[in-house]
Amino acid sequence: MDTPPKAIAGVSTFLDDRLGAGSFLKRNLRKMFPDHWSFLLGEIALYSFVILLLTGTFLTFWFKPTMGEVVYNGAYEPLKGVMMSEAYASALHISFDVRGGLLIRQIHHWAALLFVAGMVVHMLRVFFTGAYRKPRELNWLIGILLLSLALFEGLTGYSLPDDLLSGAGLRITQGVILSIPLIGTYIQFFLFGGEYPGEDIISRFFTLHILLIPGILLALITAHMILMWVQKHTQMPGKGRTEKNVVGAPFYPAFMAKAGAYFLFTFGVLALLGTFAQINPIWLFGPYTPADISAGSQPDWYMGFLEGSLRLMPAWEINLFGTSGGTVPLSVLIPALVPLGLIMTGLALYPFLEQWVTGDRREHHVADRPRNNPHRTSIGISAMTFYGVLWLLGANDEISANFHIGLYETTMFGRVAVFLGPAIAYFVTYRICLGLQRKDAEIVSHGVESGVIKRMPNGEYIEVHTPPADDILAHMRGKKEIPVIESAADREGIPPKGARSLIGRLRAKMSKAYGTDRVPLEEEHGEEHVAVGAGERKEVH
Amino acid sequence: MIGTGRSVKSITARRRHPLARFAVVALALGLLGGGYALAAPNGSTADAAVASGKADDVAKGKDLFVAHCASCHGLNAEGTKSGPTLVGVGAAAVDFQVSSGRMPAADPGAQAPRKPLDEWVTPEAIDQLAAYVQSLGGGPTRPSAEQVDPAKGDPAKGGELFRANCIQCHNFVGAGGALTYGKYAPSLNEASPTQIYEAMATGPQAMPVFNDSTITPAQKRDMIAYITSVRGQVDPGGSGLGRIGPVTEGLVAWVVGISLLVLAAIWITAKKRQAH
Repeated sequence: MDTPPKAIAGVSTFLDDRLGAGSFLKRNLRKMFPDHWSFLLGEIALYSFVILLLTGTFLTFWFKPTMGEVVYNGAYEPLKGVMMSEAYASALHISFDVRGGLLIRQIHHWAALLFVAGMVVHMLRVFFTGAYRKPRELNWLIGILLLSLALFEGLTGYSLPDDLLSGAGLRITQGVILSIPLIGTYIQFFLFGGEYPGEDIISRFFTLHILLIPGILLALITAHMILMWVQKHTQMPGKGRTEKNVVGAPFYPAFMAKAGAYFLFTFGVLALLGTFAQINPIWLFGPYTPADISAGSQPDWYMGFLEGSLRLMPAWEINLFGTSGGTVPLSVLIPALVPLGLIMTGLALYPFLEQWVTGDRREHHVADRPRNNPHRTSIGISAMTFYGVLWLLGANDEISANFHIGLYETTMFGRVAVFLGPAIAYFVTYRICLGLQRKDAEIVSHGVESGVIKRMPNGEYIEVHTPPADDILAHMRGKKEIPVIESAADREGIPPKGARSLIGRLRAKMSKAYGTDRVPLEEEHGEEHVAVGAGERKEVH
Repeated sequence: MIGTGRSVKSITARRRHPLARFAVVALALGLLGGGYALAAPNGSTADAAVASGKADDVAKGKDLFVAHCASCHGLNAEGTKSGPTLVGVGAAAVDFQVSSGRMPAADPGAQAPRKPLDEWVTPEAIDQLAAYVQSLGGGPTRPSAEQVDPAKGDPAKGGELFRANCIQCHNFVGAGGALTYGKYAPSLNEASPTQIYEAMATGPQAMPVFNDSTITPAQKRDMIAYITSVRGQVDPGGSGLGRIGPVTEGLVAWVVGISLLVLAAIWITAKKRQAH
């Protein structure tokens, strides 16, 4: 059975001779992938994207991206005879007259929500384990680009059906564009082809939504995957895992089976949601006219933090040359640009800022446990709190209506919490990280409580500790020191070159705070306790 | 001395017993409550007069008014610090407020909520109260059954009016929404067609008035047709998630979608080939 059947051997030799496929496959099919549940989170986004492409293609078969007015005459009674754009009428047609249309539309929308959510949880995993560190900074940047593009893709998709809710989103988008000083009005006229809403925006957003942005997304996702493949996936610290190896299962057959199963899980969850949970019921919103607006008009979740910052912002504006000349509406400009800019720029710069502070130029293939870099973890949770407060307050009218809290009280709470919350989160997270580190140090040096109390010959009672399991111990010992840049003065009291300037001194200070290990794993007296525990254990059993 | 001393001591001891203070409070409350029950005017007199059917509607309405409404609206409906005058609000306002349980108000809050009706609130009692208030200074009258019949309205036209006039507070399907200072636009799901009509005609609480020159009675009927048809609709896409828009959708995406997929990820990676 050593020689394959002729039918297979012929074809594979043909391909092998021309493509060199054999050695390529041999090398890559055996690629090792480390196993940890959090490493699958990015695949939620990947598979949602695949489903978005397929369902989206289905929707384009019937969707008419034009704003020409028609009289609705479809299956949905309460709108019969109402004037509406052809885009909205065709979206209704998909929902009520195309077989399976509503299901596909709902799966498409749920997939969009999970696409961005999958990206966010994946990004949080990468951030908190330090997997963005050298050599993966570029892939991290691609990820940030993907996230920004996904937000824009979501925004354009939200606007396409031209229902009342999507019109509300479009109006805010236009308001933000108008608020940009000097060029705002020009951009608005260029984008909308004249006065708002005009007759062009739907077809323009359609092209962006189905061609340009998905094309860029696809290209960047491919680059993201290739880089991951070439650089190898990071692994959690553990037994036998070093910076030079990857411990896990080969791509074929183990990882491929898991990835395939996970695609089916993702599809299953999306089909479940699309079947049983109604999303974006455009027939209830009605057609868009710029004069109408509904209570409870909200964006999809991923734009919620922008909605929240807009709702929290006090009504500030600057009138430069009287109201006729240069009005700078800070009440729109700041909430639209500042939180988004802070979060995206912060994310993009973080790997480089961390490198600058720690002076760490090493390659990292073993991930950090979040507790072992307490300042990074605290910064992350702090940023999540900032985002979370804004996100929550984007729904302040629903919170007010459903939990009977005054609307203004929610706004006042948000205005304080958006500053105070991150500070509290930083402090609390930092203390929790140190506490967890202490717990690790205790287990490493003293072992695990066994629950067995022994009486010594001299009458002393001790609790027998058993050494931790090998793999857990290796996982804990995977903690690596965070480098601190050299800043101590030499014998003559002169600090090194880099640490003399104001920025240099600040950097040295930050480096010391960021890198100093407050809870070293090994303590002086550790050995003897483990020895006692180990010795006693033999007697017990 | 010993004898008297002992009895004084024992009284003092009882007085200082930990339960004594509760006993005193209970006694005081009992006396106060009992005294009030004896002295307070008996609320059932007016109801009894209504039941006997002797007085005409206006007179009986006045009796009901004095018993149930006058403490806030004044004995002659002239209004007090805690309630506005009812002269000129009309029978429609009375019917809306009383038949939805909003009046008599349970407590003075930012807004009186819809609540279950008291026992005395019968259609007959509402008729009488309405007749009395109508007699004070006119105002919008109650619509006829035909005026609020959803079957006679055009829901498509009503939908356009509904979107132009109502949804900015009541939400796109009338699920309700928040207003400022603790006020809110209530859900329209429980409102009867008559109540919807009367609310538009009288503008209760924070709501503006949509009188017959703003929205004609026929248009009001169209709107009622739209509201009742949409709220009676079975959601074609599955659970409606409260029909309040993307907030609950986002919540479901995270709480159901991401949670299920995280569980799946944990399950998949927990299956490992045992290394030997």
